[in-house]
Formats: sequence, C-alpha cells, structure tokens
Amino acid sequence: MTVLCLVEQDADGPADASLRALTFATGLAGAGPAPVAAVLFGPADQVPGDALAAYGASSAHVIEPGHLDGYAPRAWARALAGLAAHTEAVAVIAAATERGNEVMAYLGALTGLPMAANCIQAEPGDEGTYQLVRHRWAGLLLEEASLTGSPGLMTVATEAVPAAAVAEPAGALPVHPYAPSLSDDDLRVRATQSAGHSSGASLATARVVVGGGRGVGGPDGFAPLEELASLLGGVVGVSRVVTSEGWRPHRQQVGQTGTKITPELYLACGISGAIQHMAGCAGAKHIVVVNTDPGAPILAHADYAVIGDLGEVIPALVTALRARSAPA
Amino acid sequence: MEIGVCVKRVPMVGGKIVLTPDEQEVDTRLSGFTISPHEECAVEEAVQITERLGGTVSVLTLGPPEAADQLREALALGAKRAVLLETDGREWGPIATAEAIVAEVHRHAASGPAYDLLLCGNEAADTGDYQVGIRVACALGWPCVTGIKNLEITEAGGQATARARREHGGGEEAFEFGLPAVICVKEGINLPRYPSLPGRLRAKRAVIERDEPGWRDDGLRKRSLRVPATQRKQATVLGAGADAVPALVGVLEEWGLLP
Repeated sequence: MTVLCLVEQDADGPADASLRALTFATGLAGAGPAPVAAVLFGPADQVPGDALAAYGASSAHVIEPGHLDGYAPRAWARALAGLAAHTEAVAVIAAATERGNEVMAYLGALTGLPMAANCIQAEPGDEGTYQLVRHRWAGLLLEEASLTGSPGLMTVATEAVPAAAVAEPAGALPVHPYAPSLSDDDLRVRATQSAGHSSGASLATARVVVGGGRGVGGPDGFAPLEELASLLGGVVGVSRVVTSEGWRPHRQQVGQTGTKITPELYLACGISGAIQHMAGCAGAKHIVVVNTDPGAPILAHADYAVIGDLGEVIPALVTALRARSAPA
Repeated sequence: MEIGVCVKRVPMVGGKIVLTPDEQEVDTRLSGFTISPHEECAVEEAVQITERLGGTVSVLTLGPPEAADQLREALALGAKRAVLLETDGREWGPIATAEAIVAEVHRHAASGPAYDLLLCGNEAADTGDYQVGIRVACALGWPCVTGIKNLEITEAGGQATARARREHGGGEEAFEFGLPAVICVKEGINLPRYPSLPGRLRAKRAVIERDEPGWRDDGLRKRSLRVPATQRKQATVLGAGADAVPALVGVLEEWGLLP
C-alpha cells in the first residue's frame, strides 16, 4: 500500500513541480495509512534523498540508465505500471508537466485505468475511489469529480499547489533500484535530443516575469522590457495577441495555450487581462500592472498598478534600478 | 498521405465564464462555439503537410449534431472530408472518446486508404484531459508524442517518418519515429490561415459522414463545476506615469525582489 510519485529532475535536483506533486502525494497518503515512494529515472547514486524526504517521501525507487536511458514516455509508464503492481500502489501521482501528463496518459492507456489531469485536491473515498477537485479551462473553472479505479492515476496542477516541507522528514531515504520489463514498442518513442538552454531561467520557472501585451505596440517595443527583466533576474513573457501577431515567438506566451508561470512577481505591461491569459499567471505570488487603462480587467487580479504609458514608465523604472545598483 | 485531425467543439469564452444554474455546464446562451485553439493549428498543420506531400485531410469530431459547425470550419480551412461521431449532448470521457475514434480509424481503413497520421490538439480547452491522443495511439499500436510545436514529415522508399520537436526545460527535445502515428500539437506550431471564400462555399456544401457510437462510463465522473474564488482584490494604484516609479521601486524592495 503505497502512493507512488514520479519525480522529474533538472540540473539543480528535483524539479520544483515535482516537489509540489510530492506535497500533493503526501497529503493524499496522510489521509490513509500509505507511505509515499518517489520514482526517479537516473543513476541511483544521484538520488536527491534529503530533498525528497523533506517533502514527504519515505523511500525512492530508481530506474537506472542501464535499464532505460533518457526519456521514453511509454517506457516510463511501463516502469510505473510495474512498480505500482510491485508495491500494491493505491495511487500514482505526477506533476502536470508536459512529461508528467504524457507519462500518466500512457499509464492510463496501458492499464485501462482512468487518469485525472490537473488535480488540486484529492482524498480517498469508498473502496477504489477518490473524491477530487481538478482544473478545467486551465484553472478558470474547478471540477468536483469522483475517480474510480485502482491505483488512482492523477497529475497535479502544480501552479496551484505550493511545495510544503514536512515537519518530520524520514531519515536516510532507502533507495530501491528497479528493472522494468520493456518491449520494443515501449521504446519506439524516445527523446533523441534533450537540450535545456544553459543561459537564464525558463519562463515556467522564472522568479520574475515581465509581461508585454498589445500595449507594447509592435515587435520593436520589447527592448526596454528585456532590459528590465534582466535587471530583475527574470524573463519576458507575452500575451496571446503578441504571438499571433508574430511580434514574439510562441514559446514566450503566458496563458492557457502557452506557459503557466509561478513567479514571485509578474509585472504585466500593456496587457488587458483576457481570462485565457489570467489562467497562465494565476500562480504568480504578486502581480503589478502597468497600463494606460485604469479599467483594464487585469487590475482586478493585481496587487498594485501604475496607470500610464509603458513606454514612459518602463524606461523610468530601468533608470531608477540602474541608479540604485550603481556604486555610490 | 492520409491524415485525420481530431477536433472538439468548445464554448467560446470571453471576459468571464458563467455556469448554468445546475453547475454542470458552461452557460453558452450568450457565447458561441469554436474549435479548441491547439486543434485549429492541427488542422492547419495537416493541410500544409498534404499541400507538400499530397493526400487528403479528414476532420473528425465527437459531439452533438451542432458540432457539424466545427467540422465545416475545418473544411473551410482545407480539410476535404468530415466525420461526425454524433452524441446526444452528454459529456464523454477520454476513454470512451478514444474508443470511438479508434473505431472510426478501423472503419476508414476498411473502406479505403488507411490513415497514415492522426493529429490531435494537445488538450481540449474545456476539459483539459491531456490523454485522448495517447489512448488512441496505444489502442492502435502506434507511437504518440504530445506538446509538439514543430513537425517535419518526410517520405523515403515508401516509408514516412516524423521528426517532432517540443519545448523542454527552456530548450527543446526531439522525437523521431515511423508512421502511422498519433501526434498531439500545440498552438505555436503554425499560424492558422483565414478561410478563403471558395473554402467557405465548399464547406457549406460538403456532405458530413455520420456515425453514432454508444456512450459509456469512464471512471472519472464530474459532480459539479464552480468558478474559483478570486484571491486578489482590486489593485492599489501607486500613481500615474513615471512619477509612480519610486513607489513601485519601494514595493519591489519590500517584496525582496531587488538585489
């Protein structure tokens, strides 16, 4: 009787989204007697045991490169299916990242079980069921639902579930190597190349995002926003109109059909705040708006606003920050 | 190249989502319906592939009789054939939806050239289940990847190959496999064209093929919907124009965001 939680890793250790998923799994296990076991793909001697224990894991299962090298969604799902049977798992949890949703959908398909994506709450109900709350419309609506199937397969809308360290972490985390039994079909889809940009933060994980919308006026208007973002150690994000006009590449889009962000600060410049955009930035801790229109819908979601032309306000802010950091 | 594109009729939501009094559906009395945004890009991608390599684009949807409108939208963009898997308006879960699509794929293969490629949107705008494409692929024994924002299909010696790329960790990752396959794409893979006038006229006249698959329970059952309580109140206005910058710097400092 275990709750399994897939943990993705990046260069700095376990991904923030996966720590949030571990928090969700720990909450689910806390409602019953089941311990949480992290599942990782990578070398056993590099399992970040302390970090996993801090967020509620009491053991880890690791699938080493000798058995499965790199990312292959169906093979990852096959390994989870094997582990779920081996540990008599009552639930399998992953962050609702691109890989998390993909692997869990494969797990649902391989096992014939239902899978609930983007959950924010769940508790065990009667035998083999979970009562849960999940995002619809990228979080603009919440759905109360029941999930029947064992193990319960769920991904976690991590922008809505903050990571919380447990009061009493387990001591040294036992690490169990696992050798999945894989067929050729499980390995037909695998990443032939996975390259993160070495420079700077990604939009999804940036601590500060400076947003630009229609009010930026055109493709040439983004330089001050880029400069501000770099002064604040952040990145530029944009609204949908900016990418559909071709002013900026789609990978910079914040919103339902772009990236969901979870920064400390979202500084939204010249963005009116269509609900599809708000779905992407609802996970921001603080929102500050720069807009010429004091009636823009985005003000209803923000902490502070500056009413004015971003072409005037942003250069002035850049100047003020530069003056501040210049040696006296 | 025979390509099937799966689309879904979803409410067109504007500034606010309003629910029906029974909290079961989005109130659509004052809004229209549209194709999910990722799927509009899937239709465009399919049309571009057949413009390059030849072949036919079929568009499939599972939904109420009115979902024929969304099939005609796709026909106006360049799809040549449309199939409506007609429901009685009840919501279908992803397992049942995938089964109905698989049945249509088999039917199509029995009556003519089989699909080489199925394109889906990465997730439906409304239910956001993130799984129909993968369930279809597993049932057919085909490979599948999701989140794709760049797709190259090449043909050599009678075998077609897909090279599909997506964003990953601030960079990207790539996948390569032979067809047939299911590929779930995201907005940003292309900029969909506007329908042409001849396209619209052809769409209006087109015959839509129909089938009526049987509904079944899926294991994930909706009880009710609600609009989440907003966490933030109206913004405090710090001031106007550049004069507000010192106050703004003060706020950023208070939040510990300045070096």
